[in-house]
Amino acid sequence: MSKFLTAASSAPLNRRGFLAATGALTLATSLSACGGSGGSGGGASAKAVSQADIDKAMQTPTELTFWTWVPDIAKEVALFEKKYPAIKVKVVNAGQGTPQYTKLRTALKAGSGAPDMVQIEYQAIPTFTITNSLLDLRPHGAAALKNTFVDWTWGQVSGTNGEVWAIPQDTGPMGMLYRQDIFDEHGIAVPATWDEFAAAARKLHKADPDVYLTNLAANQVAAWHGLLWQAGAKPYVTSGKSDITISVDDAVSQKLGTYWGGLAKEGVIGVEPDFTDSWYAALNKGKYATWITAAWGPVFLSGSAKATAGKWRAAPLPQWDASKPSSGNWGGSTTAVIRSTKNAIAAAQFAQFLNSDPASAKMFATEQFFFPATKALLTDASFVGDAPAFYGGQKVNQIFADISSTVSSSFQWPPFLDQAATDWTETVGKSLADGADTARALGTWQSRLTTYAKKQGFTVHS
Amino acid sequence: MMTATTTASPKGRRRDGPSRPGRGGASRRRSAGPLFVAPFMVLFLLLFLAPLGYAAYLSLFQERLIGGTAFVGLDNYTQALTDPQFLHGVGRVALFFVIQVPLMLLLALLFALALDSGLLRLARVIRLGIFVPYAVPSVVASLMWGYLYGPDFGPFAQIARKVSLPVPDFLSDGWMLGSLANIVTWEFVGYNMIILYAALRTIPTELYEAAAMDGAGAWRIAWSIKIPALRPALLLTLLFSVIGSFQLFNEPKLLMNIAPDVISSSYTANLYAYTLAFTGQQVNYAATVSFLLGLVIVIASYAVLLTANRRRTP
Repeated sequence: MSKFLTAASSAPLNRRGFLAATGALTLATSLSACGGSGGSGGGASAKAVSQADIDKAMQTPTELTFWTWVPDIAKEVALFEKKYPAIKVKVVNAGQGTPQYTKLRTALKAGSGAPDMVQIEYQAIPTFTITNSLLDLRPHGAAALKNTFVDWTWGQVSGTNGEVWAIPQDTGPMGMLYRQDIFDEHGIAVPATWDEFAAAARKLHKADPDVYLTNLAANQVAAWHGLLWQAGAKPYVTSGKSDITISVDDAVSQKLGTYWGGLAKEGVIGVEPDFTDSWYAALNKGKYATWITAAWGPVFLSGSAKATAGKWRAAPLPQWDASKPSSGNWGGSTTAVIRSTKNAIAAAQFAQFLNSDPASAKMFATEQFFFPATKALLTDASFVGDAPAFYGGQKVNQIFADISSTVSSSFQWPPFLDQAATDWTETVGKSLADGADTARALGTWQSRLTTYAKKQGFTVHS
Repeated sequence: MMTATTTASPKGRRRDGPSRPGRGGASRRRSAGPLFVAPFMVLFLLLFLAPLGYAAYLSLFQERLIGGTAFVGLDNYTQALTDPQFLHGVGRVALFFVIQVPLMLLLALLFALALDSGLLRLARVIRLGIFVPYAVPSVVASLMWGYLYGPDFGPFAQIARKVSLPVPDFLSDGWMLGSLANIVTWEFVGYNMIILYAALRTIPTELYEAAAMDGAGAWRIAWSIKIPALRPALLLTLLFSVIGSFQLFNEPKLLMNIAPDVISSSYTANLYAYTLAFTGQQVNYAATVSFLLGLVIVIASYAVLLTANRRRTP
């Protein structure tokens, strides 16, 4: 969901809500300070919380604060409050993605004002575990949920020592949306491999110089990471707390760099930034014949390119090796509990209920049109059987559900993702935009990240 | 700030004559003084000196993701002074200042003179029209201009294509600084114009009459009376512009979304400080960079004041 709601929820931090949240938290703090409430979990001991403690905490009147940018999430929250009437959850929209993380980091640093639970994307989890900001949910029974969720999502929320840092909420396995009408007009078959894709790109642009087969946004590191993921790259491998292997310039990366950099240099694909006015207009006006996107893409596109209804279809990503289909993930998020919470038990129960309770999880798929993270929903006929008219009646969810099972589970994120993203845009992204040497830019990215990581005290291997 | 003294009326009259020996009058005045200054002092202390001191304190440390915080003395400063990203950022805003500010102030001056001349029809409408962009938040302005600059579906590009002219690439490396200058000019011409216009209105009209009697035309009056009288106001606008230019942030930050490959995260010094703090989590180094940027602004403002004053008293 990382980019999914950019347009929908661009509302900045509601200041009143923020202040109220801060106030509420202070109040909760002082209450628990005098009452010595049973909810104060005391933090990270891996000792399991007993059922009696959980029962007691869930019956103690408590107010929890939840930072999330999901629109209308109050409906799901209401399910939780109905089950546990003693607990009230205050929902605060503190911005989507990076702006929210920035606020969260500031609040954590300030020592007050942080929420109890927070919406967090998979790729941002290590950025917060490195600062010890998230609560390990194992003592709260989270490990039991392992088989509820798609395997690779569980890998994403698990720590190196088996900690459970968050509960998956939605996902973004990557696929390809394409314009059936443009493909038909130019006699292009849906490319099954990246070689076929490159040939189609050249053919299409030659036939119609105003149309490109696709746009690889030069600002979208998330797509690049997803493509790396598909190709089996392991750009960041952490072991222990301070050891990291950075290899964003290895053979797999070089293969991607040569491929995409070559197409960009030839000028047969677009490289304009995505989620901008110009990009929306381009999708509406048929400048791009495909959009390489994630499972949240279909719903997003049907909302923002209404002029092209009925013309789009979905397919898996083209493959490097057609005999071993694989995909990467782009976006999707989770619910994590902030370590400083005074109500660890209730907060942990909330995170688990919100995303694993069948009714709540289903609501995310039907109300917010999230692409599910639970195995049950990915085989639920009412979900995968949906055949939207925007895609000519194609069962788009089924296609992405199938893709989801091909996502590798061993991809890891660095504990300084924001820096990696900025450096990518200024090296690799820039080379794509300028038609410069992308393979070389990968080397620059590698050295910039290495320098940064060393300066931050990491032991860097490569 | 520093301008307060220079722009205050030079012939400030003394209201209070020699202090009357009334009962307790002098002492009451003495005790009331600090009371009046107190609100300013409190705010100044809380909102200016305290953060400044805190930033200076922060800039002496280095906090790392692994290994915690360490006192590093002036290491951050020596690093910043040789940091090409910081130096380029400062250089870029300096260039921006040198080109954009004279243009903007000249335009503001022309508008102010034209309005003051009384020869314009619909003067009020025009005055408001020029001022309105200032009322538009710079965020909105940047978004709007970002759309107008668009190379595909922006109106300029579409017009160019209609008449088969090359499409201007406002968002390219070569044009970007000019495009930013255009936005900033659009935003602040009206603001500066109002300051200059207000100053023009305070010039006694007898001066014009006397000049007219001596046979001066409108141009001569503008050149020999109005512009010299505008000096303090011009200096004020110039100082505001120094500060504004060197702190350039909103416009590049927003255009970054549509031209991420042209505007880097260290495009301006202020943007660089922001990136360091919020992307790289290098709060200490960000404090150093901000502190140095503040120093640059103080020096630049002082240089402007100094040259202006020297010119005034030959």
